[in-house]
Amino acid sequence: MSAAGSPALPAERPRAGVSATLAHARAVIAGNPVTGFAFALLLGLVACATVGPSLVPYDPLASDTAVALQAPTLAHPFGTDQLGRDILSRVVVAARLDLAIAVFSVALVFVAGGLAGIMAGFFGGWTDRIVGRLADTIMAFPLFVLAMGIVAALGNTVGNIVLATAIINFPLYARLARAEAAQRRNAGFVMAARLTGNTDLRIVLTAILPNILPIMMVQMSLTMGYAILNAAGLSFIGLGVRPPTPEWGIMVAEGAGFIVSGEWWIALFPGLALMLAVFCFNLIGDGLRDIVDPQRRT
Amino acid sequence: MTALPLLAIRDLTVEFATRRGTVQAVRQVDVSIAKGETVGIVGESGSGKSVTSYAVMRILDRAGRIAGGEVGFSGIDLRAATERQMRDLRGREISMIFQNPRAALNPIRKVGHQIEDVLRQHAEAGSGDAKAKAIAALEQVKIARPEERYHAYPFELSGGMCQRVVIALALACRPQLLIADEPTTGLDVTTQKAVMDLVTGLTRERGMATVLITHDLGLAATYCDRIVVMEQGRVVETAPAATIFRAPAHAYTRRLMQATPRPGATLRDLLPEGAPAAAPERARGAGAPLLAVSGLVKDYPKAKSLLSRKAAAPFRAVDSLSFTVARGESVGLVGESGCGKSTTSTMVMRLLDPTEGSIVFSGEEIGRVPAARFARHPLRPKIQMVFQDPTESLNPRWTAARAIADPLLRFRTVQGGEAIRARCEELARLVGLPVDLLDRFPHQLSGGQKARVGIARAIAPSPDLVILDEPTAALDVSVQAVVLNLLADLKQALGMSYLFVSHDLQVVRLLCDRVIVMRAGGIVEEGPTAEVLEAPKAEYTRALLAAIPRPPV
Repeated sequence: MSAAGSPALPAERPRAGVSATLAHARAVIAGNPVTGFAFALLLGLVACATVGPSLVPYDPLASDTAVALQAPTLAHPFGTDQLGRDILSRVVVAARLDLAIAVFSVALVFVAGGLAGIMAGFFGGWTDRIVGRLADTIMAFPLFVLAMGIVAALGNTVGNIVLATAIINFPLYARLARAEAAQRRNAGFVMAARLTGNTDLRIVLTAILPNILPIMMVQMSLTMGYAILNAAGLSFIGLGVRPPTPEWGIMVAEGAGFIVSGEWWIALFPGLALMLAVFCFNLIGDGLRDIVDPQRRT
Repeated sequence: MTALPLLAIRDLTVEFATRRGTVQAVRQVDVSIAKGETVGIVGESGSGKSVTSYAVMRILDRAGRIAGGEVGFSGIDLRAATERQMRDLRGREISMIFQNPRAALNPIRKVGHQIEDVLRQHAEAGSGDAKAKAIAALEQVKIARPEERYHAYPFELSGGMCQRVVIALALACRPQLLIADEPTTGLDVTTQKAVMDLVTGLTRERGMATVLITHDLGLAATYCDRIVVMEQGRVVETAPAATIFRAPAHAYTRRLMQATPRPGATLRDLLPEGAPAAAPERARGAGAPLLAVSGLVKDYPKAKSLLSRKAAAPFRAVDSLSFTVARGESVGLVGESGCGKSTTSTMVMRLLDPTEGSIVFSGEEIGRVPAARFARHPLRPKIQMVFQDPTESLNPRWTAARAIADPLLRFRTVQGGEAIRARCEELARLVGLPVDLLDRFPHQLSGGQKARVGIARAIAPSPDLVILDEPTAALDVSVQAVVLNLLADLKQALGMSYLFVSHDLQVVRLLCDRVIVMRAGGIVEEGPTAEVLEAPKAEYTRALLAAIPRPPV
């Protein structure tokens, strides 16, 4: 039905490269303020993760029993926990670890799952069968229980949390990439690439991958939130990051016991941070798609 | 025709909100249609012909709105009608047929049930008689064995059959007005004739009015009483079909007519006056043919059923085909969809392995080289192709320059960034693509410009044989005229051979020296173009020729 959009638009000379991308991003954000808000939130999170540890007012690990279990005050805006540690400092410092786990696990699964899926979709046949059954096997388990099992079996380290988070997200990426690649396998431009003597590998890298990148970006943004939740969940039940390391999941777990006795702030603020981070990545998904898709640059 | 017109569009303006402000897609359009009349709205893409019909049906998408004018349908003001009233009118009083019949049908519902849905929606049938009425509707669109077809799913029917079902759906409630938006684009010429005969026959029988929206002036003039020509959102001419070909009043109509391939016109006749004359014919190379195909067979195995041990006999798409293409010759491969012409060209292009037979190209047997390994074969640059859909054949992430440079980079015919850029610019000039468009992405180019990029890419490695797979099927007639002329000029200038795959005999006639008519995987008739088209020997060729719309001249 979009024949409607075709009436001749004034021909504007397209600007090249970075400035065009920026102009386009501005237009997308102007058209959808929620996207702008999400990007501002992301900027805040990244700032916490990079420069946060050197800006926080207190040492996140230093305990001071004299001020234990204090409600939010001016000196401690988010209050203090049972050991007298400043919760604001701990929440800010924890951003680095939580984001790092999310970023690395998503990067890992993007490369492994994305490539496996593209190969499966592009070549079909046995490649498709192997990748497909691998994804089915992973999906046969309750994913969080699978992640628990992997961390419990391999050992309680940050590296293994990253690995476990990547493994449970594998089917999502492999299936998406497979469907998108299979759809383009016989597209005219892929045939044309074959005619001009491109090898299969080059076709995958130049014709298939760049064209499914926009949709993969959206998927990455959505799974970022999921990866953060997963890492925090593992820590919450005692697998994964160990105390006293500041991490949102552990902090919520530690504070959960105090809620009944009225000390709500210990669990609330790290929980809020967790929620905002997940919220932010979910919102960014849509905006990101509009920005990276060249078709949207009218 | 003194009575009130059935549909009266007065001063209609439709606007679309875009990022760069509002765009007027339809400007002050006046059209009126009387009962029993068939009116053709003709124009090229972007002329606003479809938008006009969407405005009448009030199915414009969210960015569009009717900015001014009136739309009256037998006394009802359609602009002021509520959505509820419109829902009641659509399907019962005004129906629409869309371009792609397969997309217009629900793929997971039996066609009979889909017709019942419409009948029930408008309370034309109850649960008792719905089935009988649906079968009657199928019968009316001349579907053989309607009781059986009632249970068919859309994927089990051919494109022509699907379009008949869509027409049955549209006419089930006996509407007074039928809007057909490019109802035969993408259908074979014989199917097109059957569908159009059906639509016009039913229109006459039921005394309803029909609006035929099409880009094909010849088709509209053949089947319509009156023709409305639109250009860039405006109506430029309204005339009876009988006179429009004889005395087109507006310059745009004349241009459109001139660009339409028709008997007796040569390639140059399609261009506006003042175009440079064609280069003199090159002498065709004598001696061994460039391409010799013999005994070519392609079988597609059928899926084995779970119960029977025996494999079903494979489907033979191409059946022992033999033909030759001489150097500098252009050969047309003509046939309807499913005749095996595309399978043949894909095998010659070495993207598909033949089951049997040989393909000898420049004296070398290439049929035995597996398609997967042909990418690195020294003869790869010598066989290139221009694809049917210029949009789909360009990588959306590459600029025009990058697309044209791809064969140069892969075959290493030109080395170094500057030399490649220079060669790209040279190719762009050769195909008439403005050099400053080279840095644009495909979606920033028009259909004709994209076609030029595709042609430039195909001729970049200096091929000996170019396979043209309906290269103009997705283009407007005026662009088609230019592209066909460009292809003819390039062939003269570069001495290539063409294998032109098409279903359109009129276009084949313009470009080809020799034509091969295919049906069901085999050759029906073969010979010099003029001979085959003027004195066809085979019954099938005669049927194909007879199905071409013949406007009253």
